[in-house]
Amino acid sequence: MNTSLSMKSSPSVLIRRKRAIWAVLEGMAYLLPSLILFSIFLFYPMLRTLYLSFYATDHQGNPVQFVGIENFVYLLKDANFLQSAKATLLFVCYTVPASVILALCLALMANEKLKGIGLFRTFFSSTMGMSVAASSVIWMFMYNPSIGIINKVLSLFGISDVQWLLDPNIALISVAISTIWMNTGFTFLVLLGGLQNLDSSLYESARIAGVGYWYQLHKVTLPLLSPTLFFVTTVLLIHSFQTFGQIDMLTKGGPVDATNVIVYSIYRDAFINYNFGSASAQAVLLFFAVLVVTVLQFKFAERKVHYQ
Amino acid sequence: MSVLRAFLLYVLLIICSVVVLFPIIYAFLISFMDGAEVLQGHIWPQKFTMANYIAAFQKVPLLQYLFNSFIVSLLVMLGQLIVSSLAAFAFVFLRFKGRDVLFFLCIATMLIPWEATMIPNFLTVQKLGWLNSYLGLTVPFFALAFGIFLLRQHFKTIPLELFEAAQVSGVGRFRFFWNIVLPLSRTSLITLGVYSFLTTWNMYLWPLLVTNNDQVRNVQIGLKQMQSQEISTEWGVVMAAVIVVILPTLLLLFAGQKHLQKGLMQGAIK
Repeated sequence: MNTSLSMKSSPSVLIRRKRAIWAVLEGMAYLLPSLILFSIFLFYPMLRTLYLSFYATDHQGNPVQFVGIENFVYLLKDANFLQSAKATLLFVCYTVPASVILALCLALMANEKLKGIGLFRTFFSSTMGMSVAASSVIWMFMYNPSIGIINKVLSLFGISDVQWLLDPNIALISVAISTIWMNTGFTFLVLLGGLQNLDSSLYESARIAGVGYWYQLHKVTLPLLSPTLFFVTTVLLIHSFQTFGQIDMLTKGGPVDATNVIVYSIYRDAFINYNFGSASAQAVLLFFAVLVVTVLQFKFAERKVHYQ
Repeated sequence: MSVLRAFLLYVLLIICSVVVLFPIIYAFLISFMDGAEVLQGHIWPQKFTMANYIAAFQKVPLLQYLFNSFIVSLLVMLGQLIVSSLAAFAFVFLRFKGRDVLFFLCIATMLIPWEATMIPNFLTVQKLGWLNSYLGLTVPFFALAFGIFLLRQHFKTIPLELFEAAQVSGVGRFRFFWNIVLPLSRTSLITLGVYSFLTTWNMYLWPLLVTNNDQVRNVQIGLKQMQSQEISTEWGVVMAAVIVVILPTLLLLFAGQKHLQKGLMQGAIK
């Protein structure tokens, strides 16, 4: 610093500025791959989707005519879209709470200190390694009305010929059941991780106070686990908004659009009917739905942290 | 814990395991049955035959699908590890103007559901001439905000003094990144690697959009293909293919699970 003091200020400012520019360039060099990829495959397409949603497009996806919010107005009046929105919301309600509750029960059991518990943990997490396509093939066979195992078992109880995937009243529930199964592994692993990170000293005090298992679960475990429960619920919520594979393999959106959830509807409009404008408008609505869920998650998570 | 309680718990655990594993075991058993037995609706094969597995490899290019999935998953895994670790390094160790804005931009990417961008992405990949190529299947997924966060979290546990000492003794920043930061972060790199490989292997919608021939198609689309073509007649063959397809990811999951658990515990101690 002595030298810079004895010198006139301008060269040292110049050097400092040069250094700052050099630092920016160096930082950018490390970030450039991410920034370029995000720009091309995430930011640009999101803005482009927004742009296309205000246009009528030709079959190559080029905007032809500005139509303002007409795509959205049309969607909100369109019976097909409303059906798709309804199917999506119903699907979310069927899958998310059931997945969380089921995985929570499994995680509570697998968190007990027993001999060979590691084996059960491996079993319960196994569906995480199953792809949507493979799972769908298996469930499709199990749902098969004549040779599938589910109807075979039901026939023992005198119930016969349930058309799991062909009956418009049942199809969405059938897809939901298979999805709950697919969700189990991931949800279980996250919740088990949460349980294992809980402070064991609180359990010590609970044990010394001699409280029962259910009381302890209700008053100690669940409140402490609530951030993890909240996190996993949000992830599943966003995930179930994006459901596609099992729909494509099991029902193709049918019967009579009963399982035509939003992403399947986007796919069909864009890549089968070549109606890119309408598909883009639906994609924008999907974006906002996910945005709302994420923002709510941040709001609530913050509050949780304050209260702890 | 009382003996009775432990006993009841074991019973519950076993029942739950059977329910959770049932679809996988069922598929496994079906894959050894011949066609007639499948149609009779048996659960246990009368005699185990490997014919379905042989047929699965002969009737469809399953080997080619497996090869494609393997290459694509490996490329995405490497791409994500390289791109994410470079970015995470800059966010933790380098100080420069605009860094926080860029970090905020990376957070923002998490708000965009990938499906909302797939239409322009498809058109972009088409214009680049990347349809039906490994490039189109891999490059769009190289940058991953989750990966950057995961690694950033681990890099932050490396003492900054180490970085300063390296600077003073004239070790270049990239050499510090390569020789010190990366080896110290092996656990997180493996965790991210397992995650990348699993998710890419199981990818469905994007490969469905950008591939339409067997040369580049992955196993998941292969399964869809088999299911829609061979329905009702050759379930045994389809199930054999299912078993072949899920084997690598199940093994990877079981092998990586302990590592994941260890990583979690280390994180808790720090």
